[in-house]
Amino acid sequence: MIVFLTRRLLQIIPTLILVSMLIFGLQQLLPGDPALIMAGEERDPVVLQQIREQYRLNDPIPIQYFYWVKGVMSGNLGESMRLKSSVASLVAEKLPVTLQLAGMALLIALLIGIPAGIISAVKKETFWDYGANLFALWGLSTPNFWLGILMIFLFSVELGWLPASGYVRLGEDWKQSLATTIMPAFVLGNALAAVLMRHTRSAMLQAMNADYVRTARAKGLAEGRVVLKHALRNAMTPVITLLALDFGTLLSGAVLTEQIFTIPGFGKLIVDSVFNRDYAVVQGVVLVTATTYISLNLLADIAYVLVNPRLRG
Amino acid sequence: MIKTLTLALAATVALATSAFAQTNLRVGLAEDPDVLDPSLARTYVGRIVFASICDKLFDIDENLKVVPQLALSHEESADGKTVTIKLRPGVKFHDGEPFDATAAKYSLDRHLTLKGSFRKPEIAAIDSVEVADPLTIKLHLKAPFSPLLAQLTDRAGMMVSPKAAEAAGDKFGLHPVCAGPYKFVERIQQDRIVVEKFADYWNKDQVFIDKITYLPIIDSTVRLANLKSGSLDLIERVLATDIKAVRDTPKLKLSKAVSLGYVGVTMNLANGPKSDNPLAKNPKVREALELSIDRDAINQVVFNGEFVPGNQWVSPQNPYYQSKFPIPKRDIAKAKALLKEAGVTTPLTLDFMVPNGVELRSVAEIIQSMTAEAGFDLKIRLTEFATALKQNEDGADQLFLVGWSGRSDPDGNSYSFQACGQPQNTSHFCDKDVDAAHQEARSKTDPAERKAAYEKVAAKLTPNAAGPVLYLYHPQVLVAHSDRLEGYRQMPDGLVRVIGLKLK
Repeated sequence: MIVFLTRRLLQIIPTLILVSMLIFGLQQLLPGDPALIMAGEERDPVVLQQIREQYRLNDPIPIQYFYWVKGVMSGNLGESMRLKSSVASLVAEKLPVTLQLAGMALLIALLIGIPAGIISAVKKETFWDYGANLFALWGLSTPNFWLGILMIFLFSVELGWLPASGYVRLGEDWKQSLATTIMPAFVLGNALAAVLMRHTRSAMLQAMNADYVRTARAKGLAEGRVVLKHALRNAMTPVITLLALDFGTLLSGAVLTEQIFTIPGFGKLIVDSVFNRDYAVVQGVVLVTATTYISLNLLADIAYVLVNPRLRG
Repeated sequence: MIKTLTLALAATVALATSAFAQTNLRVGLAEDPDVLDPSLARTYVGRIVFASICDKLFDIDENLKVVPQLALSHEESADGKTVTIKLRPGVKFHDGEPFDATAAKYSLDRHLTLKGSFRKPEIAAIDSVEVADPLTIKLHLKAPFSPLLAQLTDRAGMMVSPKAAEAAGDKFGLHPVCAGPYKFVERIQQDRIVVEKFADYWNKDQVFIDKITYLPIIDSTVRLANLKSGSLDLIERVLATDIKAVRDTPKLKLSKAVSLGYVGVTMNLANGPKSDNPLAKNPKVREALELSIDRDAINQVVFNGEFVPGNQWVSPQNPYYQSKFPIPKRDIAKAKALLKEAGVTTPLTLDFMVPNGVELRSVAEIIQSMTAEAGFDLKIRLTEFATALKQNEDGADQLFLVGWSGRSDPDGNSYSFQACGQPQNTSHFCDKDVDAAHQEARSKTDPAERKAAYEKVAAKLTPNAAGPVLYLYHPQVLVAHSDRLEGYRQMPDGLVRVIGLKLK
């Protein structure tokens, strides 16, 4: 186990270096001039020149990269050109928001997806199975932004049950916080639930046909125990990988949903920063997201091993 | 059960009392403002927030007249090179520091010298600021510059607390300390900006709302839904196509005013090899382009007839509009004849860059089909805004559909776009007579004389669309608010003035 962990941890370093170079290089390919978009309507050549100097925009890209890495190594992710606040503080401000939203979405996806997957596998080709499949198809094919706007119209405008958008921190008022995040979490979780349901279903179908399940049944175990204890546990391995990867995607991929519900999280920060060519923020956020993604992958690998002892090589 | 009921009751009472205790105006913004430092800020949306936290030396009224705010009066010397400004006594900054001539000098000097200050070009005419007495400053100008006062009605006229600004340096925008009716409380990027009533405000009897929360909500549909559901009290930049929805909702009210800005097509006349085309070379082709466009039809189709068609840098309602040069009627026959006269082989293909967005795209498509009838073939190229700005600067387009948010003084809508070598003049248009007329307008203070100077500019640019910009229309500033809000008056600059507002 220790060898396994050390090996995996060492693999992270080159991955991160590669990721950082990619982020840096790719966004330099974006057309547009950061100083010009920053100046907006106030484009005075002297001021533009000052901005370029201040943020080293005139330096060659490798030199800019060098200064950036140097900063990151000493814990300085840089400063937002547009907002003048440090990238680290922006990240610290957004991370809990996105974690909460992603966590809630994941919970909703788990609560819907896994039971639906199990039921449709156990009750294969019955009304339940078709119903669950229909739901999955709906979840996969409904665009986030459309579902989001429809939910706002129903629950906020028509019924007036939930706030249409905005965000309240958990620590500030947890009820309001849940009220502001439940709709976006559902929109995000809904699509994920559909994916989870289909994976759980196919993994379960495979497991239900396996020899050990037949043996368990032959031993005279109750069907519930066979399904949950024997089949499900084995079927969970691929689902866990999926979950970890999807959680990673939720961290950075909630862009549209965050935009619609005005949740001030990572997705919104990235989009706004890209449109404003606020390079330092994009770099910082992508670096943090990549690190989280890689860490989640590692955790998934560890979870595999725990669920399936045969992998402990 | 009883316990739950009691809890619910207690919660309701708590909510009700807190609602009585504090009034909170929730304003939905169309974008997230940039840094809240008057010297470094650049966005239009940021000015909406500044309107509640940072008072200026002067303000404008509904008729665009300059009125005093932190100043009491002003006086210009006979040669136009000295402006004496008397300051309002008894004014305090949010940190308790007094506002006086020293503070005013500090603020203006900061605008002029802070690294990366966007105010510097706006008030570059100021050579030095002199403290004449504790409540009087004298601005010594390099040359007479009549748009100066108008500049001081905007961010360049915002006064900051010297103590706070000195301590914060270029981080002042993270916690601005000014002398406005509301003081900054907190900002969560992309989520909200909260300001609260300033107890020592010089005009505090006219401030009735305790707290204002600005919430950036970019999607216009969602912004409107929030207003309808009661999560917001006021939203800015309602889409023209949503006007009906607002009017059909009984508890909502719509306020509008013709914007100071315009939307037009910038024609690349001399910027790089792309300008080597008949449109840039031959004024007849530009005239043909203009004659093939029906501005009123654009207004009817895209904006339900709510906007104002125009052919100059100020709207037909503006005192500086030159009515000698009215909007030409669409005339396809003449347009075709002009193209023939110019010896152009039709269809004349032109690259038409359009920033990606619902409204501008519709406008571009209508122009495309209208001009096609005369013999133009405009290739619409939808381009993300940051990219479009850069390409336009580099002369990588031939036509560019773009708007300008507008300034209260006509100089702010014209000089930088029309004078030789100016930063906004991406068309690289250059005409000595136009420059001379602009200089004349800048040196005169009498409105009639200025108008006469601008007539010379219009005579050169407006007939036959000879200038760098083919002006199309002037948007309406559209603000919708709930009927709980009383006393709202729409100003032509679109900014939300908070003085006198009440929440029922």
